Amino acid sequence: MATATLTQERENYLNQSYGIKSWLLTTDHKRIALLYLVSITFFFFIGGFFALLIRLELLTPAGDLVLADTYNKLFSMHGQVMIFFFLIPSIPAVLGNFLVPLMIGAKDLAFPRINLLSWYLYIIAGLTYIHCMLTGGVDTGWTFYTPFSTAFSNTKVIEAGLAIFVAGFSSILTGLNFVVTIHRMRAPGMTWTRLPLFIWAHYATSIIQLLGTPVLAVTLVLVVLERALHLGIFDPARGGDPLLFQHLFWFYSHPAVYIMILPAMGVVTEIVPCFSRKRIFGYKFVAMSSIAIAVFGFLVWAHHMFVAGISLYSALIFSMLSYMVAVPSAIKVFNWTATMYKGSISFSTPMLYAFGFIGLFTMGGLTGLFLACLGIDPHVHDTYFVIAHFHYIMVGGAVMGYLGGMHFWWPKISGRMYPEGWGRLAALIVFVGFNLTFFPQFVLGYLGMPRRYWDYSHSPEFQVLNVLSTAGASVLGVGYVLPMVYFLWSMRYGKPASDNPWNAAGLEWQTTSPPPTFNFEETPMVNFEAYDYEHIPEPEVAVER
Amino acid sequence: MSDSPIAVEPHGPELHGPELHGPELRHHFADVEQQRDAASLGMWLFLATEIMFFGGMFCAYLVYRYWHFHEFAAGSRSLDIYLGTINTAVLICSSLTVALGVRAAQMGKQKLLVVYLLLTLVFGLAFLGIKGKEWYDKYKEHHIPGASFNADDIVKEYPQIPINQQSEQTYFSLYFAMTGLHALHMVIGVGLFSVIAYLAMKGRYNSHYYTPVENAGLYWHFVDIVWIYLFPLLYLIDRKPLK
Amino acid sequence: MFENFPLWPARASTTAGQVDALYIFLVALSAVMSITIFTMILYFAARYRRRQGVAAEQIEGSTPLEVTWSVFPLVIFMVIFAWGMVIYFHERTPPQDATEVYVVAKQWMWKLQHEEGQREINQLHVPVGRDIKLIMTSQDVIHSFFVPAFRLKQDVLPGRYTTLWFRATKPGTYHLFCSQYCGTQHSGMVGQIVVMEPAQYQAWLAGGIAGAPLAETGAGLFQQLGCSTCHRSDTQGRGPNLVGVFGKKVLLEDGRTVVADEDYIRESILAPTAKIVSGFKPIMPVFQGLVSEEQLNALVAYVKSLGQAAPGARPGIPAAVQPAQPKVQ
Repeated sequence: MATATLTQERENYLNQSYGIKSWLLTTDHKRIALLYLVSITFFFFIGGFFALLIRLELLTPAGDLVLADTYNKLFSMHGQVMIFFFLIPSIPAVLGNFLVPLMIGAKDLAFPRINLLSWYLYIIAGLTYIHCMLTGGVDTGWTFYTPFSTAFSNTKVIEAGLAIFVAGFSSILTGLNFVVTIHRMRAPGMTWTRLPLFIWAHYATSIIQLLGTPVLAVTLVLVVLERALHLGIFDPARGGDPLLFQHLFWFYSHPAVYIMILPAMGVVTEIVPCFSRKRIFGYKFVAMSSIAIAVFGFLVWAHHMFVAGISLYSALIFSMLSYMVAVPSAIKVFNWTATMYKGSISFSTPMLYAFGFIGLFTMGGLTGLFLACLGIDPHVHDTYFVIAHFHYIMVGGAVMGYLGGMHFWWPKISGRMYPEGWGRLAALIVFVGFNLTFFPQFVLGYLGMPRRYWDYSHSPEFQVLNVLSTAGASVLGVGYVLPMVYFLWSMRYGKPASDNPWNAAGLEWQTTSPPPTFNFEETPMVNFEAYDYEHIPEPEVAVER
Repeated sequence: MSDSPIAVEPHGPELHGPELHGPELRHHFADVEQQRDAASLGMWLFLATEIMFFGGMFCAYLVYRYWHFHEFAAGSRSLDIYLGTINTAVLICSSLTVALGVRAAQMGKQKLLVVYLLLTLVFGLAFLGIKGKEWYDKYKEHHIPGASFNADDIVKEYPQIPINQQSEQTYFSLYFAMTGLHALHMVIGVGLFSVIAYLAMKGRYNSHYYTPVENAGLYWHFVDIVWIYLFPLLYLIDRKPLK
Repeated sequence: MFENFPLWPARASTTAGQVDALYIFLVALSAVMSITIFTMILYFAARYRRRQGVAAEQIEGSTPLEVTWSVFPLVIFMVIFAWGMVIYFHERTPPQDATEVYVVAKQWMWKLQHEEGQREINQLHVPVGRDIKLIMTSQDVIHSFFVPAFRLKQDVLPGRYTTLWFRATKPGTYHLFCSQYCGTQHSGMVGQIVVMEPAQYQAWLAGGIAGAPLAETGAGLFQQLGCSTCHRSDTQGRGPNLVGVFGKKVLLEDGRTVVADEDYIRESILAPTAKIVSGFKPIMPVFQGLVSEEQLNALVAYVKSLGQAAPGARPGIPAAVQPAQPKVQ
């Protein structure tokens, strides 16, 4: 029965069975989501540790903290860990896995065992990468440019490449699962236009994962073969073409950034209506903008290569297309803002993260206009301007979206409330720390500091901005540690959550917190539109004090 | 009771009402039809990813073929066109037996299904055997890329045509990478069909439930189609004699 | 601009001002857009803060508004695109009579060869007001030639030439950075661009130990390596006559027509069988591994100078022949 006393815990997916086997052999999408949560958090802190060392080294112009080769490994592995082992899985594998079946009224994903396989592939990839790190690491940059990676680097390129290859299959299978689930397992009455926009965002993300990741996979295979057998596919000394590598690499790696941002946009699109008590403004436009980003995202890859040696005319076309892909993102920002108009707004932690996302994503996105511009890119390409741009989107955008989503759905996932005061404080610290870390880097980049520089003693004028950036990074680090601490705390001491503490719309809130293993007592029948806040009363207390 | 929503123990209608279904229904699905649709869509999406996977290599191949036409044509002519053609015929026959096997399953003819599945396996193994012979020949001719690569024989064969050995090695690198990747997929297909054939012998499939046969068949047809593209691109460049 | 907290490097080339102008426009545009969005959000958050008894107004959307805020940004974006395109076109089209400097990048240094013969390591002396075209290649991995004061960079690739041109406007010493990660000492692969008044530059040229002009060095190599045996300046040679070939279209034996640019000459030396001129046999020896990048540059400079009024002078290409659209980008 739905009602239960506090002294007698209802059966839910967490307490339904105990023991390590019940977790490691689970096919319950919710448990798999938690397995991913633990794994990606682990890698987040590894990547974060590398970032800390990088920022410490850059406090002074001289390379005096670590050796040059070590620094080169640090930034390479920071990038690879953060992108392949944290950002790409993060929202889809944790929040997506947990919520996609719940939001559409299904009992599980279409292929639960493949879902578990996804996680095991991720773990195999992760362990391989850890072994690579412990036995020397890799120093090619996350981009593996040839011929440096195939013929000059003395580090574990093959092992890193293989680890990322396996991680790619984890990503592909997750995407495959989501697409089939969304197509075939929606509850009766859940038409496409009644789907939460979180689902649309994950659908678009999954399309990219399916079509883009295999190209990275085959490119890594060719890099590994070339390095192992001294072939001449990408190495000009043996008759190959290094630009071919770059085209193949960026054909995936550009859409990959949309894999990283679209889910976060989906999260924000759930949070803003809830804490404005209003339906989203322009549902169809927001849904279509996700699809447009996925499609156009495949057409712009060579904007990473404007000064790489491509032809003038290629550059023109890719620049123009890059401006077109900016439009759907802009539409989303306007729609979120318009949703707040004449709303009834409260400032819960998820909403604070959503505000942070909108602000920082807007800034990051606007700086993308600089990079897409053929007049500006030759100056700022491969400088700290680019680093600032993508961190604004990946960290200011995707990570804040992830944290906002974790706070929003934490009651559903754990059955507990996190401490709201600490939540808001952490959100503020993250926002301030983030801006202090990365805004100076825009200026630094325009001044000309190239990226991937271990030592800048020839240019001491770069120091002040680097010091500011490192100071910000220490603040940002605190902001990230806090949620980990209080989420863990809340699992034992947090206030038990009701089924729908936010009075939010969405099928996931119609079941218990935490949900039972089968998600719903009875299959839901959907006869209402998405974001039906008109018919949902406001919560008694807006947010927990 | 297991923690998964999929009931694995045998059960009767008392578990969820009087509707009957085969033991193959996994309970996160509402009915067998939804399960079949989902499995089918899943396989088609997976094949789309495979197209992108092979696509990267085809792209590299096309670029280099344009830039190093002579070396690629010479390399192509050094392949054994007879073995390649036989292999093409073998694969096409295997796709036929697969399709006939699916048909047999649809009609509930278990023995016939098993026969066709075993024939498919025979053809698949024949393909792999012939491919192995081809590779062995390349090994003997020192055409395997790497330290022992030597294309002097090709250079000598075409005194009028400038052959650059580095570009020749690029041809063979792509030849082995592409046929290797294809062969790997064949091996996986053979493994898959061995399992399917075994289960068919056990009577697992009937006219109501043969989804795994159908989806494995889709996979096999895909691997066949990749070969249909590989064969002309690798073997049939410029069959007319070079000047 | 601001002495203690500069927002941009010194402006020392003709393009720097153009790039900064576009940059400032974009900064202003971004500031306006950001402030607008932030203000609206903060205003809405305050104005529509949750109050007892005041419900939210459910608004489904507004197609006219959506179209407006899609089209309007797109138009602005196209303006930015066009503006950037004009600057980029200008940056990628070297003037015909630019002075050429050959650059060879290697882990982890820059080697430069002036036409007049001077060689420099990690430094480039140029006079104010002269068009300079860099013809660059790498000996090993990909590097990138970046001069923030000029607002320019260009990747330098192994196996082919890439070019970069500029005209310096302000005397001074400016940073040269490698901006494509290239291994251990990537951050140490730096140097200086020294821009001098013309008189000072002449003095610098005259002083110091200069080698022969690049084309002359190339002429010497041409004899030394035996090229002149087959590439005679009449029709008797076993190899094509190279006088005046640079910049012209060449018919190959397989029917293709290519332009004889720097990459073509370089490839013809390193991998002569790649493109055989129509009517000739593939008998040219392969020089891969037998000549260094600097020697290749000298040979290229020499071939360029053939058929010109004086060695090293700028080409007076006959009107009948199409001027080459350089294949190197």
